[in-house]
Amino acid sequence: MLSQIRTLWTVLSHTFKRNETVQYPEEMPYQAPRYRGRIILTRDPDGEERCVACNLCAVACPVDCIALQKTEREEDGRWYPEFFRINFSRCIMCGMCEEACPTYAIQLTPDFELCEYERSNMVYEKEHLLIQGTGKYPDYSFWQVAGKTIEGKGKGEAQQEQSPSDPRSNLP
Amino acid sequence: MMFGFELNMSYVLIVPVVAGAMGFALALVWWERRILGFWQDRLGPNRVGPFGILQALADMIKLMFKDDWLPPFGDRFFFVLAPIVVAGSMLLAYVVVPFSPGWVIADSNIAILWFLAMSSLAVYGVLLAGLASNNKYSLLGGLRAAAQMVTYEVFMGLSLLGVVIHAGTFSLSGIVEAQAEGLWFCIPQALGLVIFFIAGLAESHRLPFDLPEAEHELTAGFHTEYSGMKFGVIMAGEYVAMILTSCLTVLLFFGGWLGTPEGWGLDWVHPIVWFGVKVAVVINFFILLRAAIPRPRYDQLMARGWKILLPLSLVNILATGAIRLATV
Repeated sequence: MLSQIRTLWTVLSHTFKRNETVQYPEEMPYQAPRYRGRIILTRDPDGEERCVACNLCAVACPVDCIALQKTEREEDGRWYPEFFRINFSRCIMCGMCEEACPTYAIQLTPDFELCEYERSNMVYEKEHLLIQGTGKYPDYSFWQVAGKTIEGKGKGEAQQEQSPSDPRSNLP
Repeated sequence: MMFGFELNMSYVLIVPVVAGAMGFALALVWWERRILGFWQDRLGPNRVGPFGILQALADMIKLMFKDDWLPPFGDRFFFVLAPIVVAGSMLLAYVVVPFSPGWVIADSNIAILWFLAMSSLAVYGVLLAGLASNNKYSLLGGLRAAAQMVTYEVFMGLSLLGVVIHAGTFSLSGIVEAQAEGLWFCIPQALGLVIFFIAGLAESHRLPFDLPEAEHELTAGFHTEYSGMKFGVIMAGEYVAMILTSCLTVLLFFGGWLGTPEGWGLDWVHPIVWFGVKVAVVINFFILLRAAIPRPRYDQLMARGWKILLPLSLVNILATGAIRLATV
């Protein structure tokens, strides 16, 4: 009996408590920077595509929603995807692609509003995915770190790379 | 006059009383959802119109345009009759409710008996709804409703007798006027008030005692098969009953339209305002009980009725009678 009266009082006291409701469309909830939402493709600081079409994201994807095709650029030998397609009606926003990506190209953003009237509009092509900026890692440029030779960067010229040693010489 | 009714401004009042009761019942659906929301740290319906008050209207439009389905396996005549009985009997009980001095359709000298008779009639509505649906959930709901309402009716009547002994009349206006002279009956008849309120809760099968519906066990209990406006009428009847029980509680125990004692400088307030404020408080208490108290088991409900509340109400009558005999 006493506990029921106490219950009544507890419930009544909630008249003056702040309510928890977030009135969503008018009032946006806080999204943490590392929230896993819509996927983007980023560019390196020079403005070139970061993606090297290694297919690791497509392999890591548990729902197989990523499809891409590698091609090479004639003038400097950089790899890039000929097409890059993410089917967001399959995507489960797990972030495995972001973890797998060796070049920080594929990243997840806090945008979660992905509604479309037509299901076919949920398939994003490269032009929809590619952004103009660098995303979360503003200074990282894969081609300046990797050892592969491209136009304007020979062997041993990458960051933290030593010039190649001569196997015929004994000098240190 | 027949049945001891004295018709004064009666016919003029019928339309506003019915419209008012239905209108407040409609608004109460919205208000209940809203205040329940606040008590659960939510907002409740706040989208349609200012503060969401038009939600009630939207719900009504929805109910009107829903498929009004008659179960082919049920008893059509009683199936249609049941909601009318539920809402009609409760609306009929408003005949004797005095909202303010003279503001009453029929100032009867047997008003309390009329109210008790009408609330017993409402049992038939629920019972018929359960039976005519020809559905096991509905039948169980109707069965529970019959047992629960018959049980609680017994000492609903008995709990009022204390008030009647004090006031010396069955007329509701007479009872209110009797409270003007002394204390409101909620003090000398505190036990009667508690018992009457619990019984009223069970009679209107509101939430702590909503075993006839018991959505966790019986889908929707006695109105499982109802849809569209028939369901709407049953719901309206329930809310009308809730307002009625609140009105009766106020009239019998909280001095009806009586306000503060003279000399407090509040004599200019119209009696209907006092009545409205008191009824609103009681209705909110109804909703608070819904928000806070869990539903008892069915055997607990019956046991508490027969073993605790009935003896208590008898003791109440005996004690009140004895005191009355000793003092007068």
